[in-house]
Amino acid sequence: MDKWPDNRAWFLVLPAFIIVAFSGIIPLMTVVNYSLQDIFGPGEAVFVGTEWFKEMLGNYRLHAALWRQFLFSGLVLLIEIPLGILIALAMPKRGWGVSASLVILALPLVIPWNVIGTIWIVFTRPDIGLFGVGINSLDLLEVPFDHTAKPLYAWITLLAMEVWHWTPLVALLAYAGLRAIPEAYYQAAKIDGASAWATFLYIQLPKMRGVLTIAVLLRWMDSFLIYAEPFALTGGGPGNTTTFLSIYLVKLATMQFDLGPAAAFSLIYFLIVLLFSFAFYQALLNVGRGEKG
Amino acid sequence: MKIQKRTIALCIYFGFLILPIYWMLNMSLRTNADILGNFALYPADITFRNYIKIFTDPTWYMAYINAIIYVSMNTVMSLAFALPAAYAFSRYKFIGDGQMFFWLLTNRMAPPAVFLLPYLQLYSTFKLMDTHIAVALAHCLFNVPLSVWILEGFMSGVPKEIDETAFIDGYSFPRFFATIFIPLIRAGVGVTAFFCFMFSWVELLFARTLTITEAKPIVATMTRTISATGLDWGLLAAAGVLTIVPGGLVIWFVRNHLAKGFALGRV
Amino acid sequence: MARIELNEIAHSYRPKPRSDEDFALKRIHHVWEDGGAYALLGPSGCGKTTLLNIISGLLNPTRGQVLYDDKDVTDLPPEKRNIAQVFQFPVLYDTMTVFDNLAFPLRNRGLAGRDVERRVHEVAEILDLAPYLKKRAAGLAADAKQKISLGRGLVRDDVAAILFDEPLTVIDPHLKWNLRRKLKDIHERLKLTFIYVTHDQVEALTFADKVVVMYEGEIVQIGSPQDLFENPEHTFVGYFIGSPGMNFLDCTLEGNLARSNGARIALDETVAAKARGIQGKLELGIRPMHLKVCTEAIEGGVPANVKAIEDQGSYRIVIASFGGQILRARLPEGRHTPSDQIWLVFPPEWTRLFVDGRLIKA
Repeated sequence: MDKWPDNRAWFLVLPAFIIVAFSGIIPLMTVVNYSLQDIFGPGEAVFVGTEWFKEMLGNYRLHAALWRQFLFSGLVLLIEIPLGILIALAMPKRGWGVSASLVILALPLVIPWNVIGTIWIVFTRPDIGLFGVGINSLDLLEVPFDHTAKPLYAWITLLAMEVWHWTPLVALLAYAGLRAIPEAYYQAAKIDGASAWATFLYIQLPKMRGVLTIAVLLRWMDSFLIYAEPFALTGGGPGNTTTFLSIYLVKLATMQFDLGPAAAFSLIYFLIVLLFSFAFYQALLNVGRGEKG
Repeated sequence: MKIQKRTIALCIYFGFLILPIYWMLNMSLRTNADILGNFALYPADITFRNYIKIFTDPTWYMAYINAIIYVSMNTVMSLAFALPAAYAFSRYKFIGDGQMFFWLLTNRMAPPAVFLLPYLQLYSTFKLMDTHIAVALAHCLFNVPLSVWILEGFMSGVPKEIDETAFIDGYSFPRFFATIFIPLIRAGVGVTAFFCFMFSWVELLFARTLTITEAKPIVATMTRTISATGLDWGLLAAAGVLTIVPGGLVIWFVRNHLAKGFALGRV
Repeated sequence: MARIELNEIAHSYRPKPRSDEDFALKRIHHVWEDGGAYALLGPSGCGKTTLLNIISGLLNPTRGQVLYDDKDVTDLPPEKRNIAQVFQFPVLYDTMTVFDNLAFPLRNRGLAGRDVERRVHEVAEILDLAPYLKKRAAGLAADAKQKISLGRGLVRDDVAAILFDEPLTVIDPHLKWNLRRKLKDIHERLKLTFIYVTHDQVEALTFADKVVVMYEGEIVQIGSPQDLFENPEHTFVGYFIGSPGMNFLDCTLEGNLARSNGARIALDETVAAKARGIQGKLELGIRPMHLKVCTEAIEGGVPANVKAIEDQGSYRIVIASFGGQILRARLPEGRHTPSDQIWLVFPPEWTRLFVDGRLIKA
């Protein structure tokens, strides 16, 4: 569809631009400002150039948090995307089961993020949680399960929570993509004698590419920005083993009050998210598209 | 046979989804002493004490009201700002349209933690700290871009000829937009409202940072309860259950549009 | 290749059909001869796609059997029936090249690589797709895509029949003619059974040797294009085929004359004799091109008032009213345009009589 060329359309975009700029650009400028100065108190600041950036880039805590973050987000994508697709494939296609499945799937998405943390504390605690008490009563583990006790347990709990919380989003997106495939494709595949696997590989997966791109992007961004759930569940511990980037940043900014380094860190963080989101977007756009001919 | 296996697997997965929520519900119907004293798969003597406390203590129930106020404000604001912008992106070609669209979306990618400090300063300067509007405004940071994105998808599905016909018939732009165009994309508006509601309702960081007492929402109250009063698990669970209720209601209303909505109008 | 027999087929989309109304297909009993080019013609919702899906095996009929060369295949899935189907819009495997698309049905059947190569190249040659083999199928124009869909059927040398479900819907008008020509060529070359579903009479009449007209879940007539035009067996066929369709007048019988609104119209003697023995609603039908227009009163002419003249390019149509009923007649070339009163003559050899919608045959 050809669009009408008309620069007056800017007037329609302007209100949205202003409100997002108010919440987006002004604070970002402040962050840039902080990142280049050393602030002693109100009105007392020294320009320090890129010093904070250098300091943060060499900070081993930040490195550790960054690797943890990559590991976490990578695992999240590896588990949630295939699982979400499987769920979408298994969902009913008509009848009352559709509405019921959709409502159950959407439920975790509307629970406040720290409540998700609370739910999982209550669920996994070794004294009162169904999972915690359940698994310990089986007596299989050398060290009794307690997510505050062992980094591995903390990670498993966090991952389980993350998968519980967000796989439904992937499943809903994949389901929407599947529903949009015209029946004729399945009929053609049947006539061509395609196996279920070939149908999945050559019809369903390519047709879901659009929604899966959205799913990967959203899950990548949001898992990279994760804060409330680990904050509520582990507080970053035990030790710093679940201190992800956001948690580290908030600690740095509000507890130690190192404004300059925190601001420099913020910008680096933002850039990483942008860079990776863009790379994913480009990669997924090109997968299976190739030359236009 | 194969279909049955699938259904069984799906039911097991749904069990996994429901179980933690059930467990919190179970806790919320028991007293704290009972929770800590006995391990039980279901509440033996159901008590509504926790819920009664929440509904009678203003620091609790006001927290819900606060949250509902700013979430509603944010939803209305996001839609009001996003609708014209989305229309512009779906219909017109103008200088910098692509860049503008991308820039809007980058705000959805910004770590909220990045904006925390400047927000404290910015909102203090404008004397907006601890007001509902502050949180609603802050949530626009991610909800306006998202709304523009979703709405643009739905609007692009409406043929441009409809606009042209209306303008030829002498409709003014505002009248056309309000009486013809918006009704055409009702489903899209509903879905967008759902997403705005959802993301504003579940957000913690801004809501906690920008409020102190007057506008403090339930999510913040709950985190402070954890640190302040030791742990009344029953009360915490009841508060948690109540945070699911509004979301559950909203889902129920949009359930028939969910599948389409999650494709963001652009499959 | 095969001869396809439909034995008392009926189909309903409801699990427990009660009345006739519940059936999308009421009673279909028909044989598709091996190597024939058939068109299945009818308005939207008449059940033609349903019938096609029953032949291909995508649907299981509620009642009746489907026989391929006398073998009952009613319960066989489509992939076991060796059938190919081309859909309304191009169905392709987007991620594959044209070659892989064409090879897909062969590879699924475990054919050796060398044979796949040979068959694909043969078919690509027939369909003029050879230059595109290495290209991605998703990037091609709609007509090339439809040829690929067809090619996926042609590659299988054992294919029993090729079914087309309104395959030209999304093709640009100037390419439609080319593609239809191509289909006809392929049919003559390969002598495969083609069944072509369409609601466009021009497509049906130019493509097929035999046209099967469907109406409300039933086959109302099977015949050559000429048959359908000259001897429609059902008022629906008369109305649906031809542009404009047949004229119909309610009438009663008086000896060898049909009486309608006071006018008397001569009929064929045998037809009139047969009609006298049958009870039912009588209708008289005549094609606009067979109705003679006179500007002066004439023996046997029926007086009518000119309402409008439609210019159809190479000829003109007079729309005239006669006792409250509308009649259309084709004006021969070069005749001056009648202005008000005209007289219409019904030649008995072209005047048809229908009882309850069915033709009374001479």
